[in-house]
Amino acid sequence: MKPANLIKMANQIGDFFDAMPNREQAVKDVAAHLQRNWEPRMREALHAYVYETGDSELSKIVRDALPLVK
Amino acid sequence: MNDLDYGTPAVVADRKVTLNIDGVAVTVPAGTSVMRAAVQAGVMIPKLCATDSLEPFGSCRLCLVEIEGRRGYPSSCTTPAEAGMKVRTQSSKLADLRRNVMELYISDHPLDCLTCAANGNCELQTMAGEVGLREVRYGMAGANHFTNVKKDESNPYFTYDPAKCIVCNRCVRACEEQQGTFALTISGRGFESRVTAGQNNSFMESDCVSCGACVNACPTATLIEKTVIAKGQAEHEMITTCAYCGVGCGFKAEMQGSEVVRMVPWKDGQANEGHACVKGRFAWGYATHPDRITKPMIREKISDPWREVSWEEAFTYAAGEFRRIQEKYGKNAIGALVSSRCTNEEDYLVQKLVRAAFGNNNVDTCARVCHSPTGYGLKQTLGESAGTQTFKSIEKSNVILVIGANPSEGHPVFASRLKRRVREGAKLIVIDPRNIDIVNAPHVKANYHLKLKPGTNVAVLTSLAHVIVSEGLLAESFIAERCEDQAFKDWREFVARTENSPEAMEAQSGVPAGEVRAAARLYATGGNAAIYYGLGVTEHSQGSTAVIAIANLAMATGNVGREGVGVNPLRGQNNVQGSCDMGSFPHELPGYRHVSDTTTRELFENAWNVKIQSEPGLRIPNMLEAALDGSFLGLYCQGEDPAQSDPDTQHVQEALTAMEFVVVQDLFLNETAKYAHVFLPGASFLEKDGTFTNAERRISRVRKVMPPLAGKADWEATMGLANALGYAMHYDHPSQIMDEIAQLTPTFAGVNYEKLDRLGSLQWPCNDDTPEGTPIMHVDNFVRGKGRFLITQYVPTSEKVTRKFPLLLTTGRVLSQYNVGAQTRRTENVQFYDEDILEIHPHDAEERGIVEGNWVGIQSRAGDTVLRATVTTRVQPGVVYTTFHFPESGANVITTDNSDWATNCPEYKVTAVELVRVDQPSEWQMRNEREDKEQHRLLAAVGLV
Repeated sequence: MKPANLIKMANQIGDFFDAMPNREQAVKDVAAHLQRNWEPRMREALHAYVYETGDSELSKIVRDALPLVK
Repeated sequence: MNDLDYGTPAVVADRKVTLNIDGVAVTVPAGTSVMRAAVQAGVMIPKLCATDSLEPFGSCRLCLVEIEGRRGYPSSCTTPAEAGMKVRTQSSKLADLRRNVMELYISDHPLDCLTCAANGNCELQTMAGEVGLREVRYGMAGANHFTNVKKDESNPYFTYDPAKCIVCNRCVRACEEQQGTFALTISGRGFESRVTAGQNNSFMESDCVSCGACVNACPTATLIEKTVIAKGQAEHEMITTCAYCGVGCGFKAEMQGSEVVRMVPWKDGQANEGHACVKGRFAWGYATHPDRITKPMIREKISDPWREVSWEEAFTYAAGEFRRIQEKYGKNAIGALVSSRCTNEEDYLVQKLVRAAFGNNNVDTCARVCHSPTGYGLKQTLGESAGTQTFKSIEKSNVILVIGANPSEGHPVFASRLKRRVREGAKLIVIDPRNIDIVNAPHVKANYHLKLKPGTNVAVLTSLAHVIVSEGLLAESFIAERCEDQAFKDWREFVARTENSPEAMEAQSGVPAGEVRAAARLYATGGNAAIYYGLGVTEHSQGSTAVIAIANLAMATGNVGREGVGVNPLRGQNNVQGSCDMGSFPHELPGYRHVSDTTTRELFENAWNVKIQSEPGLRIPNMLEAALDGSFLGLYCQGEDPAQSDPDTQHVQEALTAMEFVVVQDLFLNETAKYAHVFLPGASFLEKDGTFTNAERRISRVRKVMPPLAGKADWEATMGLANALGYAMHYDHPSQIMDEIAQLTPTFAGVNYEKLDRLGSLQWPCNDDTPEGTPIMHVDNFVRGKGRFLITQYVPTSEKVTRKFPLLLTTGRVLSQYNVGAQTRRTENVQFYDEDILEIHPHDAEERGIVEGNWVGIQSRAGDTVLRATVTTRVQPGVVYTTFHFPESGANVITTDNSDWATNCPEYKVTAVELVRVDQPSEWQMRNEREDKEQHRLLAAVGLV
């Protein structure tokens, strides 16, 4: 899994939910979308990349959501 | 074999009238013709120009009757039944009149019945017999229309023989009323009257779209299928369902033994009601094309020659390789792709094989690359991943909004319904970057054409909502009663923002704000308003957002839950809906239930006697990515051709090459088969039983009319593979698979083959509450309870034009070809379209020195290819367009891996490109040609080329 693709896809998901007025719910929704639609190795690869290189390439809402993603 | 013909169409009316015909009392809806009432009473009145698919015309004068108290002999087809009317259909006077009329017809008709292709199935012949014609007093020597007449054989599928024409006008009326093309007319007057295509052209030169409606309507051999001329009349028939687009037309396969003579649109088919298009009606010859592979084949390496083997050896080898990969790389290193061209039962079995025998959730369907955003968007807003209506519902629409769909090309039988409704007075809004057919067709003109820039659907849809909210056009009571309150308030506040106004969005979308405002007013206030959309909505980085925006519009205006309204995805392939319903997505079990749902999982675990993983599997693009990083090494690909149909071809090819083991199950050695180690021969829709589910959620039977050429139907092959993998599967017939689906899937609980045979088709949900199915969804409540508005922030695609790539390429399909063309390229449809053509606006062409017919190199960030150009104003400046039906074109070499945020549906519709005149194919095309030759060489080892 290319990290650049995972980052791009995660940020796209974040873009959709970023517009929602209830911020707390929006963060949960980003996490739920990743949890329910991404195969575990994709989530693991994203976590690993962020662990190694930091989360600066992720949008704020995805950064907030990532700790909720197993 | 001919269906009972009532002579004139059925009339729907609350008021009934009772009349007496030949002493029989009959009650019919007011407005019904005497002819139809007579048939209903069991009385057949002779006729020639009348048929129940067309409005009455009253020209042949054969259906004359006597009506008590009336003078003369009115034609029964044009005379409405009235209460108390007393009709006589037989008398010596009527017999004389009819015989005289028939005598005139026959005096100008070649008397070659015994050698005529319509012999035994000719209405003229039958009527001559019925009226007792015994002589033609005028002789045959006078002026006539049958000597020295040239037959038009230009169309590949049917002939037009003017010598046999009785000028009944049925073909002309069929072209107008049923098809809506207006390609035919009657030229000349009096004795000179003749059926003419176009401006006295041949059929091929005219606007004829070869739908076959005229052939179907012809009462003689004037217009007749070439297959009937070659083979003769059929001796039996079977009802089945077309294997092309998502309309899912019912057909009668007319047969001689196990050989198809012709496919005739089924009058009682609820999706098509007796109409068809050039593909379903005529392009079925691929089923017996010499390119069919009919023996299983294996090879160790993709550079090895193929070797024919038995089915058992193929299953054993495939199972061994899949297990080897799992042992070496883990359980999740393999998966499967299923196809929307396969039946529900086949799709169900493959996902069952993956979940039960592979032991993971790595199954995906080609719906991933077309309508997966529909599933997501409609589930989130309305609560069910499906369209809300029947096709017939459009008859009640007052406003029709078509966005990102070109039904005349992609869903032609539905397009005919749409055009008919517009001719009747419905208003039409088209949102599309191109001047598609329905923008300005004969007697059909869009009231508004919002010619947006590719990639700006969400901007336009949200600005339509802005107008509805800001101008007070909301259906307030509907929303208050049917929708979630807070979600609506949040949405209303969002769309009302100035940034979402048509004026603010104009710079992005290119659509004048005034047109958006006018279209929004029409949609919101014009009566029953229905939205129809296609891949021009879904295949974008914001595909799911656009689907949500469409659902928002429908809820905001109360256009859900009754006939004439709704949200209607036009599915690309015949079983897109079905393949999604059957649990072919990696995160959902059948019936759209998430794999993490313990209750659902346990239901399937108990039925299948296995443990099912609770985590989602890989989607197609994820599988390809994982193949390149070495964690996905084995693929079972049934009826799907990602090497041609998926975006960024070179990426797909690299990923397939990286896999250690690929099984392809298909009719032909397709592009993906170049990377396969096992080839399992597939069965066409004519060779198997099953069901397809069309875009209206209509489940229709597919019936085996000939034995599978390779000895096994696809469901049998999947069963064989599962058994070889050590997971026991045993079904004697697909009906048993459907019984299992019904047992495990609440929306299918009431579906079974007996009921399908009895009722013709069923629209799911079909269960105890709705035993005969559900034509219209969300009638009193949304499936999710309350409808849910969702905010649709416009996010421009990252695929932007630059100085290097200043044009936007968008892709689509043509009427005569279908998807990757594997079927239609192997039919005479190549006479209509034999290569993918690039459309370019004159302004862009001139800037680049490109003229009609030039070879043009197209370069994107993903790759480059070469296509022949046509210069046309169908596209707007800055936009180019092509199709993807021919593998050698490499249209998907240039599309990118951008995809929908929610579903990874590829963004086929927006690719930034530059064009340049060239004089040779691209490097990829030359390499592809070499690989094609190598593929053929490797086939030679088994004597197949």
